[in-house]
Amino acid sequence: MRETESITEARRNLEICNACRYCEGYCAVFPAMELRRDFSPADIGYLANLCHGCAGCFYACQYAPPHEWGINLPRVFAEVRVETYEEYAWPQPLARAFARNGTVVSLVTALLVAAVFVLAMGLQSTAALFGAHAGPGAFYSVIPFAVMAWTAGLTFVFSLVAIGIAAMRFWADIGPAPARAGALVAAAGDVLTLRNLGGGGHGCNDTDGAFSTARRHYHHALFYGFALCFAATSVATIYDHGFGWIAPYALLSLPVALGTVGGLGMIVGCVGLIWLKIVGDSEPRARSLLGADYAMVFLLLLVAVTGLVLLALRSTGAMGVALAVHLGFVLALFVTLPYSRMVHGVYRGLALWRSAREKDGA
Amino acid sequence: MPQFGVVCTCWGMVDFTRTYDVLVVGGGNAALCAAITARQGGASVLVVEHAPKTMRGGNSRHTRNLRAMHTGPTSVLTDAYLEDEYWDDLKRVTGGQTDEHLARMTIRASQAALPFLEGCGVRFQPSLTGTLSLSRTNAFFLGGGKALLNALYATAERLGVEMLFDSEVREIDLDDGFVREIRINHKGFPETVRARCVVASAGGFQGNLDWMRQYWGDAVDNFVIRGTPYAKGRVLKNLLAQGVAEVGDATQFHAVALDARAPQFDGGIVTRLDSVPFSIVVNKHGDRFYDEGEDVWPKRYAIWGRLIAQQPDQIAYSICDAKSVPLFMPSVFPAVTAGSIAELAGKFGLDAAKLEATIASYNAAVRPGNFDGTKLDGCATDGLTPPKTNWAQRIETAPFVAYPLRPGITFTYLGLKVDERARVLMADGKPSANLFASGEIMAGNILGKGYLAGFGMTIGTVFGCIAGREAAKHARN
Repeated sequence: MRETESITEARRNLEICNACRYCEGYCAVFPAMELRRDFSPADIGYLANLCHGCAGCFYACQYAPPHEWGINLPRVFAEVRVETYEEYAWPQPLARAFARNGTVVSLVTALLVAAVFVLAMGLQSTAALFGAHAGPGAFYSVIPFAVMAWTAGLTFVFSLVAIGIAAMRFWADIGPAPARAGALVAAAGDVLTLRNLGGGGHGCNDTDGAFSTARRHYHHALFYGFALCFAATSVATIYDHGFGWIAPYALLSLPVALGTVGGLGMIVGCVGLIWLKIVGDSEPRARSLLGADYAMVFLLLLVAVTGLVLLALRSTGAMGVALAVHLGFVLALFVTLPYSRMVHGVYRGLALWRSAREKDGA
Repeated sequence: MPQFGVVCTCWGMVDFTRTYDVLVVGGGNAALCAAITARQGGASVLVVEHAPKTMRGGNSRHTRNLRAMHTGPTSVLTDAYLEDEYWDDLKRVTGGQTDEHLARMTIRASQAALPFLEGCGVRFQPSLTGTLSLSRTNAFFLGGGKALLNALYATAERLGVEMLFDSEVREIDLDDGFVREIRINHKGFPETVRARCVVASAGGFQGNLDWMRQYWGDAVDNFVIRGTPYAKGRVLKNLLAQGVAEVGDATQFHAVALDARAPQFDGGIVTRLDSVPFSIVVNKHGDRFYDEGEDVWPKRYAIWGRLIAQQPDQIAYSICDAKSVPLFMPSVFPAVTAGSIAELAGKFGLDAAKLEATIASYNAAVRPGNFDGTKLDGCATDGLTPPKTNWAQRIETAPFVAYPLRPGITFTYLGLKVDERARVLMADGKPSANLFASGEIMAGNILGKGYLAGFGMTIGTVFGCIAGREAAKHARN
C-alpha cells in the first residue's frame, strides 16, 4: 500500500484514537489498533477494511468535529478502503475503474444489457426473441445454451481469478499473521452474523446518535437473498447436468423457490439500504463514494427485480425480452464484480480473518 | 426586561413566559440525571446548557467510567466492592477532607447508579484491557462519556425534557434562600426564565482562567485545562456572593501531568502521559524535584500536576531511554528523541551541561536490581536527593526519549454546601427552599482533596438523581 493523503489523515486519526481507546468495546478495529504503535500504509489498509462503517465511534468521539482535532474514523476509513481496492486490483490498468466507480459500473451495465439484447436478436430470429415459448429448453430458444453457459462460465472464472489475485496481494501486503486455531471459523461467524456492524452488535448510528439495527438487517436480507439466488442457479446447474432436467422449472421446484425468496430478500435489502443512504447522516460517510455505493446496490436491485419479472412473464411473449434484460444485468454484475464495491466482502472477510488470528496471538 | 417569547430549539419550542417546575443549570451527566429524574417524577423540566449542542455535556464528555459499590458480580463488574472498602479508598485519597455521612450515603446509593444509567440507554463495556486495572471497582461506558451523554440526551428528549443550548445562566436571584428568577444569555440575548425549583449542575470554574489567576497569578497561563472551556463558574460565584455556604478550598484543583503540547482546552484523555515512573523528571533548570517511582502510577498521577505547577514556568521534562518506551501508553504527541543528552537538552532549550550532570549523578546512584514494570520492584537510587525508589534504571542507551510536561487541570474543589437531599445550604446552615445542586459544583462536600477514579461521575449520578427527585417533589407540592 502506498502513502496517500487519506492514509496520512487516517494515521493522524489513529494516533489520537490509540492514545484514547474509549472505543475499544465497539468493534474489531480497536483491539487490532491497540496491537500497534506505528501504522504503516498496509496496516491502515487492513484496519480500514476491518471497519464496517457503522459510525458508532464517530458519535461517541469527544474529538469529533467541531473539536479542533476533527476525528472522523468512519469517513477516512471509507476513503482508504477504495484506495486499497485500487491498489490491489488485478490487472492494474482496470484499477482505474474505482476512481469514478458509479459512472463506470452504470455505463458497463447499460452497455452489457444492450449488448445481450442485440446479440440475442442477432443469434436467433426476431421471432424467437419475441415469441412465446413453453416447455423444457424454452429459455435456450431465445439464447442458446452454449452461448449462455460459456459467457457465464468465462466471466465468472475471470472474476474469480481477478478477485483472487487482488485478495492475495492484499493479504501479502498486511504481512504475516500468527496462525491460530479456530480463527477461520470465528471470522466466518463474524461475516455471517455481521457481529461488528454496530458497536459489537448494539446497532449502527444510521441517522443520528441513536442506535439502530436496521442496516444490519437490510444487509442480511441482501446477503442471504443473494446467496439463495446463487444457490438457485447452482441447483439448476445440477438439475441440468446431473439429471438432464432442462429449465424452466415448475413454480414450486427448488430452483424457482430459492430464486423467488432470494430475489424478494435482495429487493428488501437493497431498498432498505438505499433508504438509509438517503435519510442517513452524511457526516461520518465519504460523500465522494456515494456513486459507487448506489451503483452496486441498484445493480443488485435490478438483477433481483428483472429476475422476478422474468418469472412472472416467462409463459408470455415478453419472456425473450425479459430474459435478455435479466441476463444482461447478471452479466454486468459478474463482469464488474472485481471492479465494483462488491469486492468489499472479500477484503472485509480477509481483514476479519486476520483480526481473528491476531487475537491473543501477537 | 426584553421578552422574546417563544424560542425554537432543536427539540421544539421553549416558552419564556412559562414557569417550569424544574430548571436545570448545566448539561453534563449530573444535570441530565437530575432532569430525567425530575421529569420521571412528573415535573416539567428545562435544561439550560452553556455549550452549543455539538459540545454539550461539560466534563462528562471526557469521562470514561463510574465507581460503583456492589455486593457481588454484576453485568459489568467483577467480584464485590463493599461500602467499607469504598469508604477506606475515599478516606485515603482525601486525607479525611470529606463528609463521612454524605460520602457513605453516596457510596450506598452508587449501587443504584448503574441500573439507573442502563435504564436510560447507557451501555457499559463487559471488560477492559486498558492500563488501569479497574474492572472490579469501575464500570466503563461503552464508547466513553460522550456516548453516555448521547444516551441521556436521547432519553431526556423522549421523556419531554426541554433544552436550551448556547445559553449561559448569568444570575440566579436568591431572596432569603429562595430562587425568584433566573437570568440567562440565550444565544447572546438576555432572557428571564421562571421556575419553581432550580438544580445547579454547572460544574467547577477551571475554565475561568481569570478567576484562577486570583490564586495562582500568571502561572495560569501555563496551565492546560483538560476538559470543557464552558466551566466558567458563573453560577457558583453568583450563588456564593448571595450567601450560599461554600465548601472546599478555592485555591485548589485536581491536576495531572500532561504533554505540554496539549491544546489549552478540551484535550481530554489523550494528552496524559504515563512515562513518569519509568523516567526521570527535571524542571527547566535541569534539576529533579520529586521521587518519580514513589508508587504505582494510578496512585500517583494526580500529584504530578501540582508538582509541575510549583516548578518555575510550570514546565518539566520526562526523560528516559529507548528501553523504557514500551513500558507506558503512547501519548498522542510524538516523543522528542535525540542521540545524546546534550542534543536532547538543546531541543528543549535546557542547559546541556546541567542536564548531563543530573543524569550522570542519577545513573551513578542507580543500584542493581530485578526490574519489573508491573509492580513496586524496589529498584532504587542510593544517596540521591530526591531519591527514585522504584523502577530506577540507568538512562544510558541512545536514542534518548523525552516529553515536555505541564500541569493539566481537571476540576476545582470549591463548591456549594449541600445536605443529603441535595438542598443547597445557606451560610447560616439553613437549606434553601427550592435550590438544589449536583455534580462538580458540589463534589467538594465529599471530595475535598485528591481523586478516586470514576468517583466524580458517581457523585454526579447519585446527587443528580436525588436533586431531580427532590426538586420534582417540591415543585409539585
